[in-house]
Amino acid sequence: MAGPTSTGTEKWVSDARAQRFSSATSELERLEMELLLLAIFRHHGFDFRSYAPASLHRRIRRHLENTGIPTISRLTELVLHQPAAMQRLLHDLSVNVTAMFRDPSFFLEFRTTVVPLLKTYPTVRIWHAGCSTGEEVYAMSILLEEEGLYERCRIYATDMDSTVLDHARQGIFPLSRMKEYTSNYFGGGGKRSLNDYYTAKYDGALFAPRLAKNVLFTQHNLAMDRGFSEFNVIVCRNVLIYFDRSLKDHVLELFSESFATLGVLCLGRKESLRFTAFEHEFSVLSLREKIFRRNK
Amino acid sequence: MTARYQLVVVGTSTGGLHALTRLLSALPASYRLPIVIVQHRSKDSDERLSGLLRAASLLPVREAEDKEPLQGPGVYLGPPDYHLLVEPSSIALSTEEPVTFSRPSIDVLFESAAYFHGSSVIGVLLTGANQDGTRGLQEIKQRGGYVIVQDPASAESGFMPNNALRNVPADRVLGLDMIAPELVMRATDTEAP
Repeated sequence: MAGPTSTGTEKWVSDARAQRFSSATSELERLEMELLLLAIFRHHGFDFRSYAPASLHRRIRRHLENTGIPTISRLTELVLHQPAAMQRLLHDLSVNVTAMFRDPSFFLEFRTTVVPLLKTYPTVRIWHAGCSTGEEVYAMSILLEEEGLYERCRIYATDMDSTVLDHARQGIFPLSRMKEYTSNYFGGGGKRSLNDYYTAKYDGALFAPRLAKNVLFTQHNLAMDRGFSEFNVIVCRNVLIYFDRSLKDHVLELFSESFATLGVLCLGRKESLRFTAFEHEFSVLSLREKIFRRNK
Repeated sequence: MTARYQLVVVGTSTGGLHALTRLLSALPASYRLPIVIVQHRSKDSDERLSGLLRAASLLPVREAEDKEPLQGPGVYLGPPDYHLLVEPSSIALSTEEPVTFSRPSIDVLFESAAYFHGSSVIGVLLTGANQDGTRGLQEIKQRGGYVIVQDPASAESGFMPNNALRNVPADRVLGLDMIAPELVMRATDTEAP
């Protein structure tokens, strides 16, 4: 059944028609997208217009599938008239996939490269930008405690979505993932045992409240809010991949303004400062783990 | 006359290393179109895969980074534990949930290619033992792109190509060794007026 089914002129004509058809539908879909994002921004104040278009488009399509809403235009109408529809969409548009010690080699590198720098500071201010449900924040608290740094740290953990922050404050993560996290923990240079840090309760792992004692979980929208000040470390891993180039530049600018002298910036393993205006403002501490240090 | 095709996307799973090595080694160093590849891999996989493909290919091969400009000649390989997508002129990565148990997922790459590059995409599905890729090829076909499926008989695992062929009218079903020559020929096609 597969293989070329038509030849010569007939095929050529049908190809040309298919091309015209497909470019017209794409145009229409792009227009619908543009109108939806404008409606969300004008009516609700959330600006997704500078998000990376490919993954945003995918999440919107998935939202349509999950909710059974037939078209983007219909979604736009719902977003304008039904607050609940906006809530659900907002939840589907934010990416809240995270893990404790995701990329163990990053945490290992952080211990060997960044910790010695931080040990020379009397106080350390850390900003986790886009912390989602907080797994990575607790992971970092564990690391800092094991390195004897936790008591002098003040950690700001921010996300644009207040519901994930409520989750993060509780410090309860699925027990089913502890096997994976334990393996990550050791890969990241863990010095004790991950179950020293949590109590199993039903199907949840409740992490020790002291790990959140020096953490302020607070709402902050990187796309719209201003920076705040004097951080020694900013951790923002796998967040900027969801922004387009202009918004990424905007956020890097905001980070630049928020650093203390010689601050350390940690990005995701496949993110980079290449192709940005900030490439020369930072030196590389680890190219592989994407850890940078500000030059001034 | 402008060239009709601007982008090649390739998906493969079980048996992919061998198939990709054969495919890439048969493409000339001057091959104009960017080639974006998803090979299913575990989240802990290291850079040996890109090293082996680099050794086999005359084209530059790199593990894709977020927001890298998308331009040929060259091969972009999806890194472990990220989805790989294409935008109009750059690569995009995502850490969203695995799709059909895979991250990177072939469907995710193919759907983004279809959406942003429409009829200028060539989609190639090679050997594999699951259903990933079928939905993406449908999307490429619907938006006027060109679909090549590896002949299941020549595949180390024919399940993935077979699944696609049951659901998508492929433009070509080819043995592994004929896919590179087909890609070379299609790169010379010009836009229908």
